[in-house]
Parts: sequence; C-alpha cells; structure tokens
Amino acid sequence: MTLDASLSAPANARVAPSLSHSSPAALQLTNLRKAFVRPAVDGLSLTIHQGEFYALLGPNGAGKTTTLRMVAGLLKPDAGSISICGIDAMADPVEAKRVMAWVPDEPLIYDKLDPMEYLEFVAGLWAMDAGLAERQARDLIALLGLDQQASTRCGGLSKGMRQKVALAGALIHDPKLIILDEPLTGLDAGSARQVKAVLKNRVADGATVIMTTHILEVAERMAERIGVIAHGRLIAEGTLAELSAQAGNAAGTNLEETFLSLVAEAVSSLESVAA
Amino acid sequence: MTATATLTWFARHELTLAWRDWAAIMSGGKTAREYAATVFTLVFIGLLHWLAYVLLDPLIVGSIVVDTQTLVLLTAVLLAAFSMMLSQAIEQVTRAFYARADLDLILSSPAAAQHLFAVRIASIAVAGTAMTGLLAAPLINTAAFLGGPEILSAYVVIAAMAMLATAISVVAAVAMFQSIGPKRTRFAAQIIAAVVGATLLIGLQVIAIMSNGDLSRMTVLRSAATMQAAPHIDSLFWLPAKAVLGQPFALLTILALGLAALAAVIARHAGQFGHHAVKASGASDTEVARAGTTRAYRAHSMAQALRAKEWALLRRDPWLASQTLMQVMYLLPPAMLLWRDMGPDRHVDTILVPVLVMAFGQLAGGLAWLAISGEDAPELVATAPLKPGAVMRAKIEAVLVVIAAIAAPLVIGLGFIAWHSAAAASFGIVLAGSSAIAIQIWYKSTAKRSQFRRRQTASKAATFAEAFSSIFWAAAAGFAVTEKWLVVAIFAGLALAALSAAKWMSPPQQ
Repeated sequence: MTLDASLSAPANARVAPSLSHSSPAALQLTNLRKAFVRPAVDGLSLTIHQGEFYALLGPNGAGKTTTLRMVAGLLKPDAGSISICGIDAMADPVEAKRVMAWVPDEPLIYDKLDPMEYLEFVAGLWAMDAGLAERQARDLIALLGLDQQASTRCGGLSKGMRQKVALAGALIHDPKLIILDEPLTGLDAGSARQVKAVLKNRVADGATVIMTTHILEVAERMAERIGVIAHGRLIAEGTLAELSAQAGNAAGTNLEETFLSLVAEAVSSLESVAA
Repeated sequence: MTATATLTWFARHELTLAWRDWAAIMSGGKTAREYAATVFTLVFIGLLHWLAYVLLDPLIVGSIVVDTQTLVLLTAVLLAAFSMMLSQAIEQVTRAFYARADLDLILSSPAAAQHLFAVRIASIAVAGTAMTGLLAAPLINTAAFLGGPEILSAYVVIAAMAMLATAISVVAAVAMFQSIGPKRTRFAAQIIAAVVGATLLIGLQVIAIMSNGDLSRMTVLRSAATMQAAPHIDSLFWLPAKAVLGQPFALLTILALGLAALAAVIARHAGQFGHHAVKASGASDTEVARAGTTRAYRAHSMAQALRAKEWALLRRDPWLASQTLMQVMYLLPPAMLLWRDMGPDRHVDTILVPVLVMAFGQLAGGLAWLAISGEDAPELVATAPLKPGAVMRAKIEAVLVVIAAIAAPLVIGLGFIAWHSAAAASFGIVLAGSSAIAIQIWYKSTAKRSQFRRRQTASKAATFAEAFSSIFWAAAAGFAVTEKWLVVAIFAGLALAALSAAKWMSPPQQ
C-alpha cells in the first residue's frame, strides 16, 4: 500500500499487523474529525489497549493536542466516536470522565491552594472517600518528592513542581486511562525520572497511559507502541522496530530518524496529492 | 548599547503602549467602535458640563470671594481628591514592582533600567493628573466660566497633587518593600490604597451622621464648629485652596513642591526599582508557607468540594479582600445611621435599603466573576465527572452563601427598626445579586483570577448592565419601603429591561 492510499483511507492502513492485543480497548477512536479554520483532526481511528503505554508523536500542528482534548471532553468532535474503557464518551461524558485523567502541558492549578488542599479538591471532584484520598495524597506527595512543598501555596512553586502537583491530581483517583500532554516539559532530570517511574508503575498496575511528547527519546524508551500523526491523520503506528520497517529504515535505526522519515514522506505525499 | 535607550526613547515606548491599551479598552480593537467611543465620550462630557452648570450657577455669583468658608470647602474637596489620587498612585506603584510583562526583557538587556523606571514613575503622575483632571474638568471649566478664568489654575494644582501623591506612594511602597518584604507588600498596599481612598469621604459622612443625623458632608464643612476650628485666613494651610483660586504665589509654591518631590523621588529611587522588581519576581505574594497541613481531609460531595474550593480561594484573594473592605467601609455610614437612629419614629430605612441593595449587587457581581469566570484550572473542572450544570450550580451557591453571610447581620439589624424594610432589603439584595450573577453567567469568559481588575474592561456591556440593574433594583427596593408601588413597578421593569438587553447582547454560549 502506498502512503497516499493510507492518508486517504479512514482506517489506519499503516498499522503494523503484529498489533493485535488480547486486552480490551482503553481508548477507541473511530473516524474522529475536528476542523477549525482547516481540518485539525481528519478521520482519525485509533485503538489503545488497557495496560498499554502509548506515545502519540507528530510535528507541531499535527493534531495531537486537539485529539487528546477531544478525548478528555474539552473539545466536541465534529464527527466520529470516542469510546473510553467501553463507555461512549459522547453519549455519557460524565461516566467516561470518571475513569480518566487529563494533564495538560501547562499545569493549571490553583495558586492559592497548597498541594495537599489541591489534591483534596480533586478527590472531592471524583467523589473519593476522604480517608482514602488523604492516604493517596500523602503517598503521591512523597512519591513525587513534594514533601517539602506540601503546605506551600502552589503560586510559590516552580513550573516543574506545579507539573508534579498536576500529575498527582491526575493520579489520586486511580484513573484507568491517563492522558498526558507533554508531561515532562519543564522538569529537571531527577523530576523527569520520578514522573516516568510513577507512570510506568501505573501501567504495570493495569492503567493505560497515552502521552504526547517532543522528546523522542522518552517515547522510544517508555512507550510500548507509538502512533505518528501528521495533518490530523495517523500515518504510522507500531513498536519502534515496526515503525523503522514501515519507514524503510534499517533495523536499529533510532526513533528520531524513523519519525523524521515518516513525517517527511507523509508531508510530501500530501503535497503531491494537493498539487 | 545603542543610543536609543534614553529617557525620551523609553517615554515614547511607554506612551505608545499606553495609547494602544487605552484605545483597545475603548474600542475593543474595532475602528468603528473607536469613532463611536469618541462620539459617546464627547456627548458625555457635554452632559457633565451641563450638570456642573446647573449645580454651580446658583452658587457662583460674580467673582469668587476668598473667605474662610470658601477655603474650607475647597480644601476639603482637594483633600478628597488627593486621597483618591494617593490611593490610585499606591496601587499603580506597587503594580509597577510586580508587573512582569516586559520587565524580564528590559532588565536582561543592557539598557539603563533607571530610565525606564523614571518614565514609569512620571507616567503614574501623568495618569493621576489625567484621571482627576478629566473627572474635575466639568466643574473647573464651569467655575471658570462663571467665576473667572483664574480658576483654570486648578488644573495646575491637580498636576502638582498628582506629582506629590506619586512621590509619597513610591516612598511608601519602597518602605513597605524593605520592612515587610515583597511577599506581603502587595497585599498590604492594596488594603492601604482602599482605606486611603475612602477614609476622608467616609470620615466626613460619619461625623455628619454623629453630629447632625444626616449623610451630608456639607453640613460638617459649613458648621460653626468647623469655622471656629479653621486656621486664620493668612495661614499657609490654605495654600492649595488659594492656588486653585489663581493666587500666583500659592500656585507657584504648590507646583514647585510637587515637581521637587517627584524629581527627588525619581533621582533617589528609579535606580533601585529594577532591584526591587527582581526581588518581587523571586517572591510570589501567594507563597505563604505554613507549618505543615495536619488537617484531615473532610468527606465532600462533588458540589461540596467545589464550594469549599471557591470559599478557600475567595478568602485568600487579596483583590477581593480590598474590594470587600471598600464595600464594607462604604456601608459604615449607613450602619452608623442605623445605630444612631434606632427608634420607632425614624425613617432611616428609606435611605438604608437602596444603599444596601446597591452595595450587595456590586459585591455579588465581583464574587460571581471570580467564581464563574475566574477559574485557574478550567481543564481540571471540565474533565471532572460532573455535568457542567452541576459545576455552575455549586459555584453560584458558593457566591450566594457569601452574600447571605455578609448581608444577614445588616438585614437583621434593619428588621429591628422596620420588618417591612428588612423584607424589602432582602428581596432587593436577592434580586440585585441574582441579576449580577446571571449577567456573569451570560458573559462568562474563563480567565485567571489574577485578571479580576480587568473584568470591567473585558466586557463593557456586562459592566453597564450590572451597574444599571443594581441601581434600578436599589431604587425599586427604596420605593417599596415607602409603598409607592407604581414607582416600584417602573424601576423593577427598568431592571428587567437592563437584564433583557444584557442577555440579548451577550455572546453565544460555548
């Protein structure tokens, strides 16, 4: 199959054949569309299984954040469907949100609450038991190295610490699906390692993590599968080895080269189609 | 370094920014609106001049006589204007410390930062002059028309007062910065600015109530006791008032004082401003570390969690604290009147009811903006498993509870005088508060809570609708006390019309 054909096809024609997964889908997108001035997400279909660590890559403006914001219920799709752990997110958004957490790239938290108060508020939004919430909050604060800042108002925290507080808020209610947009931006090496370890543990415990990142090394090391988006369409998907093969690269090629090859190929195909 | 970073270069840069900011506020960025705003402003200025003429024509016959009564009145007016200018200058100087917009760029450049801060300090004086000059222009121009052109020297006095107010504010802000630190200066300055701005007017009103039993400040200023206590007519105390009346020595002295104070402060402090700004950037006013949170988590429903969060944020909001303090201060005179006149034969409730309704309508608008539009974590709330209606309901409940908690003691106090007045006030507060909340829902536009100050410029339609509905509900409640039901119906109709217009003009809901 040529790349042109894959771009125009509604389904993901370049999805590697080895991706059949026995576990049920944590996220299923079918022919998802969203246009602003021009299409931002253009017939995207995607299945991510429970217990999977999935990285969504793409150049700037590819439609990654728009896709994730639609999944999180922050944007209404123009067409298509979203299923989260078997729940139709468009028909029953409240139930879908109950099992999901969203961490935006810019940590939007309350400057005038301290991390413990912030986590209490988040626990309240998800109607958690108070005792359990407090235990979880203390564990997360310790796990993310925020003990010293637990009682400091968030307005006085660095961007990295705020990012960790936002992450703790996302994890406190034990979501089955965790969606993170550029979660490692602004974190120092130590903090990034803490966050990565926490996320890996969650996946080991059965949660599903979907993450966008521009740090390809992180995607290469952490993700079991990687999806590449360009112009609002899924242009390739699979493990690193599968993506290398799809890009026509030799085995052992790193993700950066593979990613650039795939995107360049997709862009030139689109330009030739447009021409 | 290029030769461009001079005082004049920075002045031109600041002027360009100020002009564009003002134009954007007035026009919303649309050229057609710029013309409409200009025409509206001109018509409004003409109307104010006509009102000033109606007010001053009976008072000024021929040239103005320089006697103690005139000097007392003029000095009181100047003191009131000065307290407002000082309040504004304290607030602006403090903001200059904490503003980060372009300071990172300028302070990291090789440009001489003291030039920028010299221009910014001077621009605060210019802004103070412009603001007070514009507000006083109808009165000054009309007085000059009726009493002689020498009254136009009042503009020079305003400029001198603005320079002095700016100089005092810079010294006060620097002193606070050095004594209580950057974390607390911002909050303290907001409170001081609120108190300074309202103290003189409210103080005069309280004295009037205690001595004469009415709300008129003029009664105090014209009283025999004031005349007896006033300094001799040749005293230097009257210099500002005499400057307003165009006496050359007084005018030159006042102007020289203002210029000298501003120049000295710029020379002394402009160079340090950069240093203070850097310190301020390293210390958020919100970073208040406490000795460990030991409080156990409470069991919350989703709605309770939202309400508890709103209340915690409202409690910790310095802008709101200063705004509420202002509201409470302005409620002091009527409260004094209530306390003084508590008796069966008095009718203070006729005055009190509309004052209360108006004040709570405005307070509800501010609180509703903070709860409904001022959401710092909109995506967190939007991704929580709650229906949007439930979120809005919890936020509205949070606001209503705060309004009820503040209003209840006053309404109950009023109930001891006349239960039907208390009932009218209650209905009025509920209606004015609900209207303000409804307007905030229709004009909801998510923003950071720290942008509270900009809420009135963000939507002028919402601001006017909020003001008009409060005024009309206040009038309706006032006439309900006197049982003039037809007038009540007219004002209630006007309030509903203002609300309908606001709804009609509101942007489509997302």
